[in-house]
Amino acid sequence: MAKTVTDVICPFCGTLCDDLEVQVSDDGTKILEVYNACAIGAEKFLHSQAKDRITRPRMQQEDGSYKEVSYDEAVEYTAQMLAKAKKPLMYGWSSTSCEAQSVGHEIAEAVGGVVDNTATVCHGSSLIAIQDVGIPSCTLGEVKNRADLVVFWGCNPSHAHPRHLSRYSIFPRGFFTGKGHKGRKMIVVDPRNTDTMKMADVGLQLEQGRDYELLSALRVAFRGEDLPDVVAGIPKERIYEAAEMMKNARFGVIFFGMGVTQSLGKNHNIDIAIMVTKDLNEFTKFSIIAMRGHYNVTGSGAVLGWQFGFPFATDLSRGFARYNPGETTSNDLLRRDECDAVFVLGSDPGAHFPISSVRKIAHLPSVAVDPHITPTTEISKLHVPVAFVGIEVGGCCYRMDNVPIESRKVVEPPEGMMTDTDFLARVRDRVVELKAQAPVGTQSTAEAQGA
Amino acid sequence: METVTLTIKKTPTLMLEAEAISPDGLAGKSLDQIKALPVHMGREQFTIGEYFDVTGATSATAGETKVVVKGDLSRVKYLGTKMSAGELVIEGNADMYVGAWMSGGKLTAKGSVDGFAGTGMKGGELLIEGNAGNYLGSAYRGDWRGMQAGLIRVKGNVGSDTGYFMNGGEIIIEGNADVHVGTHAEGGKIVIKGNAKSRVGGQMVEGTIILFGTVDVMMPGFKYIGDEEIEVDGQKTVMSAYIGDLGERHRKRKGESVYGKLYLAKAAPADAGASRDARLARAREAKKARFVPVEGTTSA
Amino acid sequence: MAEYLIKNGFVFDPVTGVKGDKKDVAIRDGKIVDSVSSSAKVYDAAGKTVMAGAVEVHAHVAGPKVNEGRNYRPEDKLFGTRVRDSKDTRMTGGFSIPTTFKTGYSYAKMGYTVVMEAAMPPLYARHVHEEMRDTPIIDQGAFPVFGNNWFVLEYLKNNEVENTAAYIAWLLRASKGYAVKVVNPGGTEAWAWGLNCLSVNDPVPYFDITPAQIVKGLIEANEYLGLPHSIHIHANNLGNPGNFQTTLDTFKLAEGYKTNNKFGREQTMHHTHVQFHSYGGDNWGNFESKADAIMDYVNANPNLTIDTGNVTLDETTTMTADGPFEHHLTELNHLKWANVDVELETAAGIVPYVYSPDIKVCAIQWAIGLELALLAKDPMRCFITTDHPNAGPFTRYPRIMKWLMSKESRDERLNTFKHADKVISSTLLAGLDREITFYELAQMTRAGPAKALGLAGTYGGLAPGMDADVVVYDINPEGPFTGEDIERAFTDASLVFKTGTLVVENGRVINNGNKRTLWVDAKVNENAQVMRDVEEKFLKYYSVSLKNYEVQGHHYIPNPYAIEVDATSEV
Repeated sequence: MAKTVTDVICPFCGTLCDDLEVQVSDDGTKILEVYNACAIGAEKFLHSQAKDRITRPRMQQEDGSYKEVSYDEAVEYTAQMLAKAKKPLMYGWSSTSCEAQSVGHEIAEAVGGVVDNTATVCHGSSLIAIQDVGIPSCTLGEVKNRADLVVFWGCNPSHAHPRHLSRYSIFPRGFFTGKGHKGRKMIVVDPRNTDTMKMADVGLQLEQGRDYELLSALRVAFRGEDLPDVVAGIPKERIYEAAEMMKNARFGVIFFGMGVTQSLGKNHNIDIAIMVTKDLNEFTKFSIIAMRGHYNVTGSGAVLGWQFGFPFATDLSRGFARYNPGETTSNDLLRRDECDAVFVLGSDPGAHFPISSVRKIAHLPSVAVDPHITPTTEISKLHVPVAFVGIEVGGCCYRMDNVPIESRKVVEPPEGMMTDTDFLARVRDRVVELKAQAPVGTQSTAEAQGA
Repeated sequence: METVTLTIKKTPTLMLEAEAISPDGLAGKSLDQIKALPVHMGREQFTIGEYFDVTGATSATAGETKVVVKGDLSRVKYLGTKMSAGELVIEGNADMYVGAWMSGGKLTAKGSVDGFAGTGMKGGELLIEGNAGNYLGSAYRGDWRGMQAGLIRVKGNVGSDTGYFMNGGEIIIEGNADVHVGTHAEGGKIVIKGNAKSRVGGQMVEGTIILFGTVDVMMPGFKYIGDEEIEVDGQKTVMSAYIGDLGERHRKRKGESVYGKLYLAKAAPADAGASRDARLARAREAKKARFVPVEGTTSA
Repeated sequence: MAEYLIKNGFVFDPVTGVKGDKKDVAIRDGKIVDSVSSSAKVYDAAGKTVMAGAVEVHAHVAGPKVNEGRNYRPEDKLFGTRVRDSKDTRMTGGFSIPTTFKTGYSYAKMGYTVVMEAAMPPLYARHVHEEMRDTPIIDQGAFPVFGNNWFVLEYLKNNEVENTAAYIAWLLRASKGYAVKVVNPGGTEAWAWGLNCLSVNDPVPYFDITPAQIVKGLIEANEYLGLPHSIHIHANNLGNPGNFQTTLDTFKLAEGYKTNNKFGREQTMHHTHVQFHSYGGDNWGNFESKADAIMDYVNANPNLTIDTGNVTLDETTTMTADGPFEHHLTELNHLKWANVDVELETAAGIVPYVYSPDIKVCAIQWAIGLELALLAKDPMRCFITTDHPNAGPFTRYPRIMKWLMSKESRDERLNTFKHADKVISSTLLAGLDREITFYELAQMTRAGPAKALGLAGTYGGLAPGMDADVVVYDINPEGPFTGEDIERAFTDASLVFKTGTLVVENGRVINNGNKRTLWVDAKVNENAQVMRDVEEKFLKYYSVSLKNYEVQGHHYIPNPYAIEVDATSEV
């Protein structure tokens, strides 16, 4: 006998599909089958079932080997490390729930840490651009119900967000879009001829790193001004043609990804893509949406926002919140030797950061909280395995369009394993005890950013 | 005018935040009072006296006070932040936010400075004899009010995003500039005596950029309108004048649209073939460079 | 048993009709009582002013657009941030869009104990509740928006009031909402196509319904259910010269309807931030105040309540579910524009705005807000707001009180505007001598809004049995005092009790309080058609599944305060 849990939320990417069905053994301990998910999402559920999964904290020994320790010891080690540090980096927060993020922030506030999430190497540049010029956007359901023109710029959802096209953007039939994909035009801009580009009505294969110039050229075209013959490798006739298509859409949307957020100019590429979208709202209705990666990186930005006012790279060291990417961002802190301990939860900087930063982590006191063994856990002094959020424990998550969805628990975690929220709560309580005599922040009236 | 000298005694393990070190912060204080002023490292507070030897004297007002900071200050942030008057001389390299939000006085950095120097500057004079990092004379994140007034002069090279959201004042770069000069500018003047990389004047609403060297890729929204004679540092030069960014909104004054202006050395730019060759050559170099471990990441 | 006695203060309480008499206020176990035992802790309020906790009827303090405002304005937090009050309080930050912790603490310090979040997009209800959970001390509820909701548009197109009511009841439960909010009825749906509805008769594209039909239908549904609050409307055509006519047209839609509720509420329509809706002229050049025409109507029609939306002359962040308005604004000031259209429900926009005393229009807006309050004949029906943060941050309430309570202070401001002559000739303010009294202030900030929200039995007064939200301000109402004394006293209260717990002492937060979340649990007869429609719309048009829509659980609402309404007997 098996039972089926419906309306399950997929804790993989920012698409946050919420229509999965998971078949669970009758005793609620094993996942037997996953339906409706993409291959990556299904794999995440099934991976939690691995027989060789680490279920207890491990401390790295001098010879590089690992010794199992109790959760009590792990809590003590983590609390001591954070309480002793002058400026600990507390990184990750993207593959976990808002509940856990919230407790993490309490710790950061108590120890004067810097809280940064994976946006720092992903869509942080988009967040900077939004701070500079705003963002006209919409929920994914609006795209499904209204969009007749969809632009994918520097992203390849066919691979990175596999169900995006079928659930929201290209194929679904919505209220005003009864013809599904037959009623939608698709423009894809990418230096590579990706699988997504192969489906496009118009594919613009531009020169690498010239997105800013091409977006600028579209704005010139909207205003009816002259263009050089070729911009970013694209003949001007094709630019004028794309500009007309966009102006004549009834409801258009631009989705953009890492192809523009992390190439030359970074935030400026998003900035000008947003301005393209804003310009188009003088002619018609247009929105722009970031293809966020981790399933709850958006939630981390949201919780940081309402608690401290900034979406990532938030430095709490002086008792008030400060933010400036380039200074308070993880890689800059590591590169400049500006943090003295590293706590990682819900991300894998060992795999995603430049090797120079990874080396810095390896030389600092460090704790990694992660259900998996990852490159990060392998260089950390302490690895604390925890239950999978969205599989073994529920919690609030924010989709790439900021829609909050409550993820579900479908199976029990292995016997005796802690959730990340439980672990963080115990670290917090211990940190508060350790800090009882020395509250963070100087009781002066010093202002942020000096003076 | 009295002079007070601070000499750094030890290298901070993390970065030291020393916003008190400016004529405004020190004027009217005795040496003991100065030594007791706070500096910060992470969550811990220290005193100036723990990190600096302090000699000399101050005057009652910032305007009559000269502050000299000596030693390796490359791990000290916020020197001269918010200074409004007087003089500050930084004799070594310094870290971020040198002269940020300064509104008056004269700040001289004899070495190089890191990012965000002159952020949101409202007045005064900032002279950097070495190189400057990214976001020189730019706006703080999210602010549409970047540099308002004052003068910044850099003898060396500058990083990316110089004069971001610049509204007024003048920035003179005697060396080269990295990408994004004068992006979103709505006023002010930027002079680059060396070369610039791409994206000069992107999204520019108003203001002036004068580039004596080369730029590899022009923004598509700049249009040649003729040659004009301009004067920089007393030297008159005939240059090619462009208006733009034509993809950006522009105000009208007396019925005429007002554009940003970009001056380029005659015959330097706009040779698409040559710039493409140059770019491909650089791309090949970049490919080679990838085999070497890269130190650090980018600014933002 | 926790007992407190606040002795010898000058008490102002419209609920018991006390107008500045020297009286004692007794508190036992979170409630106001007639008397306490001799073991009660005594606080001496001699020479000070005592009022009930204030009630905020309309502010944008929690949810997706508020947070987008925070996150996209780092410059709003650049300077002026202070370290926290004590080790028991959380870090705070932000000026025009403060963090949740600062929101809770700042309201509490001013003596506010109940705050209504004015616009909740139902699809984002979890976000609103997560933020309210993290807003300490103050009790809060949130108004889900209905004026552009597809269910409502489709039902009301056919005058299906009962179905509309059943849907409202369902959505209030699903979103844990408090009242029926209407923002630019029909106009925000039109905005999904880049259009707008600028009058009450502009048809909504595709849906074949007018704003007038939406508003009348929602009043009927609201009264059918007998909800504690009336519909809470932000009319069409906000912010445009000459819009006072649209506002009067909107007011008139409520004529002829009777209230039906067990909460003592008398109005059938609450119109919010009326300052933004009281403009004459037909362009920015001849822009002028029509506060007199607006208040003549309000004064003559007891079925209406309003709040002011006072401009505070600060740099702030505008944010509203009126999507087309924000687009209009960014085209005017070219500052950064954020927008989000929410499937089947609503939209929202955000643009920073600098209300400069050197700009004539801003100064006229400032005057209009004050005129509305000064022309109000019944202070129980006119409440002070800034439509936070739209006309200014709520932290400026004490400054508005100063301008309302001291003619000298407001004249000083009026006469020093850069374009003072033009401002004076375009407004009525120079001719208004009225100074709002302490008693009237208590009506406008306590008893009035509590009654309009259907909460008169719990909040806004000092009658025995009511919640012990009690505030002591360090100002002697018998004088003498200056305008500055008023602003100072109302910024940092001497004492604030929230449900009987001392949370603020001498302007410092000392306790995180016992915050509750208010929501309305309305019971209706089973309505198979509405439930079928809900299932169908989720299956076909929403991007989340029906089972993942309802807000439930401790994480979102750790301390719920559900107000029950039974509308099943109607059939």
